Amino acid sequence: MCLAIPAKVLEVSGDTAIVDFGGVKREICIALLENVKPGDYVLVHTGFAIQVIDEEEAMETLRLWEELLSSQQVEV
Amino acid sequence: MELEKVLRGYRSAELAKKVVEHINALAKEVEEANIVHVCGTHEYTIVKSGIRSLLPPNVEVRSGPGCPVCVCPPSDIDAAIELAFRPNVVVTTFGDMYRVPSTKYSLAEAAAKGASVRVVYGIGDAVELAKKMPDKEVVHFAIGFETTAPSTAYVLSADPPPNFSIVPSHRLIPPAIEHLLNLGEARIDGFILPGHVSTIIGAKPYRPISQKYRVPQVIAGFEPLDVLIGVAMLLQQVVEGRSEVEIEYTRSVREEGNVRAQQFMEKIFEPVEAGWRGIGKIPKSGYRLRSGYEQYNAISRFEVEVDESAPDTKPGCRCGEILRGLCYPQDCPLFGKICTPRSPWGPCMVSSEGACFIAYRYGKSVKL
Repeated sequence: MCLAIPAKVLEVSGDTAIVDFGGVKREICIALLENVKPGDYVLVHTGFAIQVIDEEEAMETLRLWEELLSSQQVEV
Repeated sequence: MELEKVLRGYRSAELAKKVVEHINALAKEVEEANIVHVCGTHEYTIVKSGIRSLLPPNVEVRSGPGCPVCVCPPSDIDAAIELAFRPNVVVTTFGDMYRVPSTKYSLAEAAAKGASVRVVYGIGDAVELAKKMPDKEVVHFAIGFETTAPSTAYVLSADPPPNFSIVPSHRLIPPAIEHLLNLGEARIDGFILPGHVSTIIGAKPYRPISQKYRVPQVIAGFEPLDVLIGVAMLLQQVVEGRSEVEIEYTRSVREEGNVRAQQFMEKIFEPVEAGWRGIGKIPKSGYRLRSGYEQYNAISRFEVEVDESAPDTKPGCRCGEILRGLCYPQDCPLFGKICTPRSPWGPCMVSSEGACFIAYRYGKSVKL
């Protein structure tokens, strides 16, 4: 039920946007977010965007874990 | 940056192997760790990726009350069914809810007997249906946790058509977590918190719970590495004697959550005691419509009598214990025998996010 699917924003028009779910395009409601722009990736739940995905933060988290685990292996 | 690159990163077998080694090292420093998650999508990732089979014997991850369809009380389903039999009423529901058994039968069986039930993708489709059918009353069965409640709140705040109303049946996660801790039935050393509920509410509502009950909590995403890193972060807290709320799902969850969505919920709803199937009543764990929006409550609009005395589950069904993190689906004698997705005996076997459905469909990855 709480599943949310990432989609790329193609066009924004008021409280709605056309998004691309990896090939499938659909109109969604973006009223729960501010400042959604074409090119953003949003998480879509039951036809509503609930958050803009922060890709840089995502890669940073992975990088920190890579770093942490590599340094631990050196310690061992 | 393309999102595909991010998702590939969170599915990396190489990094997963290192995280599992890290988990194994941490596990040597604790006697045992019983972790509970409260999200059907986490259960899906855990089973589909075989995560339980990767964990050391003293670390368990159990499923809690994380499936809104499974915890929806039969009295609410019965109310929706009664409305669907009323002349001139069309009930809309999420597909997950359609086949959930209730006191007598499911919405699907009601539809087969002539009730008007339509499956929709979201509440927006229900509103469109109401606009297309002005001579009918369209009633949306509004279930779901904090992930779904903002869409209901937005629609009700945006002046929906006069022939539109809802059966209000949303449920809230933090009170359920606190209730599990108060019940004290299962040893709980940490919670993996739901990523999309927390996308809406942020980390703040969980902090008093960590402080009061000295329990670590980590908000995790839904890729295999999200869950593994979440387990590692919880174990790290256990080893260090910390009990904090940490965010692993940084690409979606902010400390303050989605404030705009919270404002819509605050405007339309107020928390109220609510029943959870298999668990019982939990204070401030549901939503009622605030005054000024009560006209959208189908229960009062159509004077539906809600009978809360009906039993939650059928005899022999262990969904209640599964939802309280006390046992695995395979511990239930009905599992896979008289209770299957084709012929579900209990609610956890229906929804694609129900623990029994996932276990039946995707494998046997319980603790062996």
